[in-house]
Amino acid sequence: MIWNAVLLALAAIRRNTMRSVLTVLGIIIGVAAVIAMVVIGDGTTASVATSINSLGVNVMTLVPGQQRDPMSGTRQEAKLFEESDVEALRREVPGIRGMTPTATRSMQVIYGNANWSTSVYGVENAYFDVRNWNIESGREFSDAEIRTGGAICILGAKVRKQLFADQDPIGSNIRLQAISCQVIGLLKAKGQGGMGMDQDDLVLVPLRTFQRRISGDRKLSGIQMGLMSDSDSKIVQDEVLKLMRQRRGIQSNQEDDFMVMNSEEFLNTLTTTMKLLTALLSAVAAISLLVGGIGIMNIMLVSVTERTREIGVRLAIGAYDDDVMIQFLIEAIVLAALGGIIGITLGLLTSYAACRIMHLAFAPNLTIAATAFLFSGMVGVVFGFVPARKAARLDPIEALRHE
Amino acid sequence: MIQTTPSQRKDEDNGTLLEFREVQKIYGSGEGEVKALAGANFTIGNGEFVAIMGPSGSGKSTAMNILGCLDTPTAGSYLFREVDVGALSQKQRAHLRRYFLGFVFQGFNLLARTNAVENVELPLIYRGTGRAERRQRAFAALELVGLAKWWDHTPAELSGGQQQRVAIARAMVTEPSVLLADEPTGNLDSARSEEIMDLLCRLNRERHLTIAMVTHEPDMAAYAGRTIHFRDGLVHIDSHHSSSAHDEDPSPEAARNGRAI
Repeated sequence: MIWNAVLLALAAIRRNTMRSVLTVLGIIIGVAAVIAMVVIGDGTTASVATSINSLGVNVMTLVPGQQRDPMSGTRQEAKLFEESDVEALRREVPGIRGMTPTATRSMQVIYGNANWSTSVYGVENAYFDVRNWNIESGREFSDAEIRTGGAICILGAKVRKQLFADQDPIGSNIRLQAISCQVIGLLKAKGQGGMGMDQDDLVLVPLRTFQRRISGDRKLSGIQMGLMSDSDSKIVQDEVLKLMRQRRGIQSNQEDDFMVMNSEEFLNTLTTTMKLLTALLSAVAAISLLVGGIGIMNIMLVSVTERTREIGVRLAIGAYDDDVMIQFLIEAIVLAALGGIIGITLGLLTSYAACRIMHLAFAPNLTIAATAFLFSGMVGVVFGFVPARKAARLDPIEALRHE
Repeated sequence: MIQTTPSQRKDEDNGTLLEFREVQKIYGSGEGEVKALAGANFTIGNGEFVAIMGPSGSGKSTAMNILGCLDTPTAGSYLFREVDVGALSQKQRAHLRRYFLGFVFQGFNLLARTNAVENVELPLIYRGTGRAERRQRAFAALELVGLAKWWDHTPAELSGGQQQRVAIARAMVTEPSVLLADEPTGNLDSARSEEIMDLLCRLNRERHLTIAMVTHEPDMAAYAGRTIHFRDGLVHIDSHHSSSAHDEDPSPEAARNGRAI
């Protein structure tokens, strides 16, 4: 009986294809929107999380900020860090696994006829551990090289590609401005970073080399710290803040002239934001489902009125009220569920296309698809109920007389 | 609940099938009260072909609705095989319609965009008959009305006379005890009307089908073996006559006065 009713409902829907499609358009759009939102949202979150993780697990970065001139109120670049800051951090802040001072400058790097504009970083060996970044080929800096400031460098994948194409660069000499450096290693490719910048576009040299041959001073443009896995990044961050404020002589009523960026915090904020955004958009989509449901109710009421005589005939030839009720209810459910199926398909296709365009991982969320399908079926039950009851309660005599 | 198989039905030949006892039907109340039936009495026996006539407002349609278990008397009682229909619930009356009654309407009332055999199957669906048996019985019913070849045509592709024959097949497919026809020829020209009446007579004669037919055309009433005339909510004339389509004098007077059997 139920299966028959489903077949009858499908037949009735097929007879009015155009109207049926228009009727369920609301459901289709609602479901498609929910699916697309969730899948694209998941993809974005995953992608952001990946790029943040690629910075290194639980990395804290100290960078100079801006200082407000108390007299004019204008902002200016705050002073850089000292090597003694690194020593102080090592000594006084617990929970840090490793730490590397960094100094950086943008410059042209040249090999043969190829040249490329990139960032050159002076770092110590702890950099590789802090950033969780491995050497793909070649080697790290030796202690002697760190100490004496040897003319050597390690290339990021992007720079290697720009200068050497497919050649093996190990052992070759490249020019960084005035100095000539031997390439001793290659970093593994990391890809796009959090802000859309290419993390592989860099050259690493020992800090001492940078200070002696490039910058000519001992200033540091940043300090990167890798936290121990069991340390609370919030507490470590507070300690770092307190120490650095003290060392930089910042009064309690003054704002920081430096920033502590914490990858974990960054990740949490981003994930929370993405989740909130997805939830918000899903709520909008749910409203569209509600509107779709009202559309179904509307068209089912029209259908009951149009088919009053048919209902009269059915009642006369022996249909019970329940039979008519079930028939119209199932018609509404089948209609809504069809809308749900079309919507799911459309949503998956849309999100697949969007993920391709935005270079996100396409991971269809089957739970959401199943939920959307059940939900659209429920929309059919809820909004089909009133029209179905109206049909079932028709007086057969009146219904047969209906023009 | 009453359950009867076709074989039992044959044994009850000429017994009383339907009985109106002082049936009243009153619509509205107070000033606006309308007495559609004012205490009608008649019985219809098994295998009879009865025409029900009367001017509009005479109560014939109301009587038909009550005969069809679509409505119940305000007072008095309507007995269907000695069961008081007035005492039954709506669902029990639907059950009676499902298992014992067949309906034919003036406007055919076939489902649009649904082919003939599917239309004929419809009552069996409500009986829960299996698909294969349903098809087979629907084809047999179409065969009975001479339209088996037209099984896959929708009402829009059939003439009025053919549509009415499909409607009769739909009523017959359940092998009902009674066929209730409400002006079955009202929408047809005289040639088609004759075909339909011949078909009804044949069903009455060959299958011993009890038929109650409302009509306002004396020509059509002349096919029936008996005519019940309503006037002012009461049975005015109840006349038996030989049912013949080839009557020499199919005038209203001849039909009305008839020749009592």
